[in-house]
Amino acid sequence: MPQTVTLEVARYRPEREAEPIIETYEVPFRKDWVVLDALNHIKDKLDGTLSFRWSCRMGVCGSCGMTVNGRPKLTCAAFLSDHLPGPIRVEPLRYFPVVRDLVVDITDFMRKLKKVKPWIIRKEEKPLSEGEYRQTPDELDAYKQFSMCINCMICYSACPIYGLEPTFIGPAAIALAQRYNRDSRDQGAGERLEILSEHDGIWQCTFVGECTKVCPKNVDPAGAIQQYKLTSALHWVRTLLPRG
Amino acid sequence: MTRPLTPLLWFLFSVGGTLAALLFPVHLFLTGLAFPLGWLEAPSYAALLGLLKQPLTRLYLFVLIALPLFHWAHRFRYTLYDGLQLKHLTELIAVLCYGTALAGSAMAAYTLWRIPY
Amino acid sequence: MSSPARYTPYHPKWYRRRVSVWWWLETGSYTSFVLRELTSVFVAIFAVVMLWELRALAQGPAAYATFLARLKTPPFLALHALAFLFVVFHSITWFNLAPKAMAVRFRGKRVPDLVVAGLNYGAWLFLSVVVAFILLRG
Repeated sequence: MPQTVTLEVARYRPEREAEPIIETYEVPFRKDWVVLDALNHIKDKLDGTLSFRWSCRMGVCGSCGMTVNGRPKLTCAAFLSDHLPGPIRVEPLRYFPVVRDLVVDITDFMRKLKKVKPWIIRKEEKPLSEGEYRQTPDELDAYKQFSMCINCMICYSACPIYGLEPTFIGPAAIALAQRYNRDSRDQGAGERLEILSEHDGIWQCTFVGECTKVCPKNVDPAGAIQQYKLTSALHWVRTLLPRG
Repeated sequence: MTRPLTPLLWFLFSVGGTLAALLFPVHLFLTGLAFPLGWLEAPSYAALLGLLKQPLTRLYLFVLIALPLFHWAHRFRYTLYDGLQLKHLTELIAVLCYGTALAGSAMAAYTLWRIPY
Repeated sequence: MSSPARYTPYHPKWYRRRVSVWWWLETGSYTSFVLRELTSVFVAIFAVVMLWELRALAQGPAAYATFLARLKTPPFLALHALAFLFVVFHSITWFNLAPKAMAVRFRGKRVPDLVVAGLNYGAWLFLSVVVAFILLRG
């Protein structure tokens, strides 16, 4: 086991550089360290000017997504030992505008997420006196996988369509729409259909499948999107029939 | 304008793709390789006309040609759009792709109509 | 707070890297995806060959014999060999993706992906045998 490992970190300081550059740091190698630990070591001991996002360091907050050796990953889940012998290249999440160093702007995703109305929509709220909504294990199973999304945007970083067409609504937004469409308590599928069937909605997706491959929580957004294509297409067929 | 068409085009793509996946390998292997290379005995002209006496055979062949052509049209259109980033030509590409598929389907229908019983 | 914040999608200081037209060569996954999409070209080519065969049949035994002779020439054999590989690649990728695209539920429970894919492969085998039988029976 080596004593140290080299990290090649993308730096971008708009006041100094027109384009990102790579700066090299030598960090101690510990077998239980992840890339996030290495970045924190750099910030604490080597270069306090390095900027990056992180929070829970255990894979549930979705803050620390970055490109590690060309693949989008949660840096809190990317072990240094898996990337030996190094050097390990750490860059900001691809296909997003870089604000500074490893920090990208996520406004686009936030806007798209809100667009799909990721909350339970009811035509009429049940009064409290009627008690809670009940769900069988099978009903829970219908949407549970899609509810695991931590909004880390790694799927957007893997999606070439999003890279080529930044207006594409994207994997996570559609998966989250499905999380609510498939929830037996929700009655908002019709409202979401309008938004998802737009030009930049589901029909831009060509089922590359990278989003599902890189998702750290096994949400399977590609599956969610294809299933929704079928739902949407069947809905369209129904609108053709006389009884509508 | 293409918005209401998209689900239909996607259906054609899906059914065409499924037909191609299930049936093209065997047809291609026989017609393109096994028969010309003499590995297996090709059906005679008379035998094929015999099969074509059935309207069901003609319907099968129409579907087998037309729908995979629409599968190609839809898929190829997106490949050109994304792969070669030909966004400024998007309408032209769509018309050329679906137009070709339509033309091929029409020709298939006409030919199947005209084969002597 | 008097007015809500307005976000400019294109901030002058943010860095946006242009996506190269060779993006599909950047990873094995992307290249495999584009090859998968290009199988549709060979699907179209064979559909046209079948159409050509039908036209030859419609024109009579002589035209059909010419058609058969053409298929025996090396360029066509090479084309068909290549097309066969691509068409089989289409079938395999299509059946492997089918379970993801259709969440089949039976009696409330999700049918496992392997079963759905297996059924597809089974149908492929069955239909191939049926077609071969019909064409080889003569």
